[in-house]
Amino acid sequence: MARLEVEDLHVRFDTDEGQTLAVNGVSFSVEPGEVLALVGESGCGKSMTAMATMGLLPPAASRSGSIRLEGREISGLSGREMRRILGREISMIFQEPMTSLNPVFTVGYQIGEVLRRHEGLSRKKARLRAIELLDLVRIPAADRRVDEYPHQMSGGMRQRVMIAMAVACNPKVLLADEPTTALDVTIQAQILDIVRDLQHQLDTSVVMITHDLGVVADIADRVVVMYAGHVVETGAVDELFASTQHPYTLGLLGSVPRPDLVLADVQGRLAEIPGMVPTLHEPPTECVFAPRCPRVSDDCRTEMPRLAETAPGQWAACVHPGVARAHPTEVVLP
Amino acid sequence: MQWYILRRVGQSLVTLFIATIVVFVGVRALPGDAATALSAETSNPKVLQAIRQEYGLDQPVPVQYVRWLGHAIQGDLGQSPKTGISVSQTLAERLPVTLELAGLALIIALAIGLPIGILAAVRRGSVADYVASTTALVGLSVPHFWLGILFILGFAVSLQWLPASGFVPLTDPLGNLSHMAMPAVVLGIGLAAVVMRQMRSAMLESLGADFVRTARAKGMSERVVVGIHVLRNSLITVVTVVGLQLGTLISGAVITEQIFIIPGIGKLTIDSVFSRDYPSLQGVVLITATGYIVANLLVDIAYSLLNPRIRVSGGAA
Repeated sequence: MARLEVEDLHVRFDTDEGQTLAVNGVSFSVEPGEVLALVGESGCGKSMTAMATMGLLPPAASRSGSIRLEGREISGLSGREMRRILGREISMIFQEPMTSLNPVFTVGYQIGEVLRRHEGLSRKKARLRAIELLDLVRIPAADRRVDEYPHQMSGGMRQRVMIAMAVACNPKVLLADEPTTALDVTIQAQILDIVRDLQHQLDTSVVMITHDLGVVADIADRVVVMYAGHVVETGAVDELFASTQHPYTLGLLGSVPRPDLVLADVQGRLAEIPGMVPTLHEPPTECVFAPRCPRVSDDCRTEMPRLAETAPGQWAACVHPGVARAHPTEVVLP
Repeated sequence: MQWYILRRVGQSLVTLFIATIVVFVGVRALPGDAATALSAETSNPKVLQAIRQEYGLDQPVPVQYVRWLGHAIQGDLGQSPKTGISVSQTLAERLPVTLELAGLALIIALAIGLPIGILAAVRRGSVADYVASTTALVGLSVPHFWLGILFILGFAVSLQWLPASGFVPLTDPLGNLSHMAMPAVVLGIGLAAVVMRQMRSAMLESLGADFVRTARAKGMSERVVVGIHVLRNSLITVVTVVGLQLGTLISGAVITEQIFIIPGIGKLTIDSVFSRDYPSLQGVVLITATGYIVANLLVDIAYSLLNPRIRVSGGAA
């Protein structure tokens, strides 16, 4: 049974300009011990997907669709019932390690809080367990640092504290929303190592939200590529990178600086995808990527294409899928 | 932490020393001659000379200051030429009255301001928020003297629930409270409005913070999220603002005590100005300045207890 199944998830925002459709029919599932990467540009709805899964959307947002944790439907749970699951069975780490911890409590208190809440530990036992957890995320001198405040720690250390807090109750699913984006590169690698190790040790399923394809290649088993609130391509990471079908995914790959790839651009510059992610106010009547797509044709203008299997286990929502490259912004493998 | 407090106490002593100079020079800069006032407006130069000699007014101001400071350090603030009673003794009688009034006013301000501020922030945009914010604006805009008169007319004259004025010592707690109730409310209501507004905006700021999202993602109940994570952060700002506002309680007490005829240092201030009782005035201003400085010190200590970022950097320095 899949650990987490999200099916036909929709998130709508009420704004002054009317409704905004942030997530439109997103479906994915994560197996036990699997790392699933949710990839896309800023504003594509990947963070909203995670927040909707946690039931932590802002008041102006509404959600529909099915969310199942080990087969159990959790989308209809009350706030009270949901709070029994959050932090215990499903937990989350965030992009901003500098501000995600409360500045007026020690890190030990903040980790211990989860344990006292969900496992009924005493203050004393929670502190001891917090030291173990800090040790687990490789914070040196954990027994001393447990009594430190967040401002006494670097960004990388704080993100480790966030991870320690998130895995304190051995959650079934860990949602990681761009956990390395705010950190410098060497620290990024360490954080990814920690996440990977914990995922093996604790058999946690990880949903890694990122725009960094390097992170995806490093840690993920499967990839879900999102664009304008839609899933446009999904598949196992190796296959998807080797035989990319959707022109948007190709564009993303083309915008990564990789010395081992020869870029199609004759000046040797990085390829870019022209234009911006659109903000949808009503369901699309054409392919959402059509305005920016190098392969666009009249067929693309009739409806938003559905995900179709292009190879075993690999799906793309495109009228013209395929690895063929017809446009200079696409990547040419050597 | 100890170092931080010691350093702050040291700074406060320096401030207090400067305050004594300002008090002393300030009182002497007031128009009019103390000797003339003391001599019941006589113009006989011999009498004036004798008075000047008796009170040391013929000495240069720095010499007078050093002599006064020497005595003041020993707790002797001189003698009121009007009543013949020592200033220290008068202050010892009057100060507790004002402290009680200010203390009660502060309790009222916090008891009204904090919960309403929290409620308004948590229910932002609701009718409750709208009513609270509007009432706070009214509370801020109403002058003490007008509200005092209104209270006397309403609760003392018409309803006859409370005595209109006067003071009963704490030895009769009920009588004391019935006399203090109106003045404390009048004095506290403005501060309650300030506390409410500060609390509301500080809570709103903290409610939007990333760590609140983290706390919710941990499955913490809304009571813990608001009551512990948000409140603790909001109090940092509120304590600072309330501390700075403690001074307005003292200046507010001057007017409130005058309206309700309460024998505190506020009334003593006005009485000594009108009767040109300079030793009393010096004493009263000095004690007020000390009050300010002590209040600031307490605020800083409270602030450092609430905010670990201050505590640690202060301790390391």
